[in-house]
Amino acid sequence: MVCQECNERPATLHFTKVINGEKTEVHLCEQCAQDKGEMFMFDSSSGFSVNNLLAGLLNIAPAFKQAKETEIPKTEVLQCEKCKMTFQRFINVGRFGCAHCYETFKDELTPLLKRVHSGNVEHHGKVPERMGGAIHIKKKIQQLKSDLQTMIADEEFEKAAEIRDEIRSLEKDANKEGGDKG
Amino acid sequence: MSLEKFLQNAVSSWMNEEGPNSDIVLSSRVRLARNMTDFRFSTLYSSEEAKEIVDRVKDKLSLYPGNLGELEFLPTREIQPLQKRVLMEKHLISPNLAEDTNYGAVLLSSEEDISIMVNEEDHIRIQCLYPGLQLKEALQRANQIDDWFESEFDFAFDEKHGYLTTCPTNVGTGLRASVMMHLPGLVLTQQLNRIIPAINQLGLVVRGIYGEGSEALGNIFQISNQTTLGKSEEDIVEDLLSVVKQIIDKEHSARDALVKTSNIQLEDRIFRSLGVLEHSRIIESKEAAKCLSDVRLGIDLGYIKVISKNILNELMILTQPGFLQQYSGGPLRPNERDIRRSSLIRERIKLDKDTCEEEK
Repeated sequence: MVCQECNERPATLHFTKVINGEKTEVHLCEQCAQDKGEMFMFDSSSGFSVNNLLAGLLNIAPAFKQAKETEIPKTEVLQCEKCKMTFQRFINVGRFGCAHCYETFKDELTPLLKRVHSGNVEHHGKVPERMGGAIHIKKKIQQLKSDLQTMIADEEFEKAAEIRDEIRSLEKDANKEGGDKG
Repeated sequence: MSLEKFLQNAVSSWMNEEGPNSDIVLSSRVRLARNMTDFRFSTLYSSEEAKEIVDRVKDKLSLYPGNLGELEFLPTREIQPLQKRVLMEKHLISPNLAEDTNYGAVLLSSEEDISIMVNEEDHIRIQCLYPGLQLKEALQRANQIDDWFESEFDFAFDEKHGYLTTCPTNVGTGLRASVMMHLPGLVLTQQLNRIIPAINQLGLVVRGIYGEGSEALGNIFQISNQTTLGKSEEDIVEDLLSVVKQIIDKEHSARDALVKTSNIQLEDRIFRSLGVLEHSRIIESKEAAKCLSDVRLGIDLGYIKVISKNILNELMILTQPGFLQQYSGGPLRPNERDIRRSSLIRERIKLDKDTCEEEK
């Protein structure tokens, strides 16, 4: 199949565009795709990938598209102070510049994380031992509180009382830990 | 040179062990993505930063506890492109790291069941491989290695988002758990196309053997978790396990049904494929993969008794472009590869059959 743009080179990218419910088949060679700006989903080295789709996910905000076309004043550019990654660049590459970017872009990030992680935005997994003293206690308390609810629902009041005491003692520890740090 | 031993054999020694459900599950893999706090991510870091990350890992390596498996340090700039391709075909490095010409490195255990990539997309990627369905074991091992790293390095972590990764698709646990499954029954009975969308809805992905964007060669599929945020590591693995177990059941039923309803056609297909492998003189990788899949199914179903399943694991890897060229000691044109591939397959099958004869 020949590229529908240049009618010269063979078409190597084939995809279906859906705009307002209307489907269009697109067949392009790599060069024309790049010229037409269809390449936002493809990076030249590894081809189509899930990560490249992120750019697409972020790019759909119409307000953002407008901003892209008009010149944005320097002061309004959202930029990570640590690594100087701009939000614009993050959208283009779909990757952060440093750990601090998560903080810088946190408001914009939530809807993206929701999309990518089936509606989840918060970590519920492992916490590094040496940095997470207070976090560990907090997580443990959360877990115990949920256990407590189950015990009460099951009318196992003796066990519930034990858990309640454990929560109290942990909360004391947590306050102490916080106090030490402060 | 120490790299040689990783290149010589197609099959890593961990693969020689037979794991649970190994008639359908070839391997289980767990990967943890981690980044150090005081460096920019790979998107932006300078060569100096990249170099320092590698140096730090290398420096600490002498403290690495032996009970986790000795590790060999291999900087990617010292590995030839063809050698990188071989490591990639063995799943010891990613295509991404294979392309690296700068300051990447890989740490490999001698069994090749641990592979730690440095300066891939994330600063550190810990990968543990097990034969058969052993995801929990793989997670436990990866966690132990991670614990050691955490005792030596500060990893980027925040309470809300968990482990901070270069790409937002990995944030949270940084965990990618995956199993490689051989599903000829579901493919032949055309059930897989219906199963894949259901799997996707559960936050899992089905891919070809070399991960993203690759084709499912020889009915081998990789199933892995898509979401890394919101669930604990154990829950992610548990959810994947439960889906994989259901797929195993479905594959068994499909194989049973095939034997019942079209035994002679199935037998014909399997032995034709064996014939092609034993007698062809030119074979493309796609056809080889298809025939190897058929023969593997034939062994699992008891039709073929003179070839060991292991040789197929070996041939699946050995017949890929990188390995073929490594084996021949230099670059080969595609048609030369097809000839070389077929002669290699013939030799190996003959060797296996002869051994079987002798044992009798």
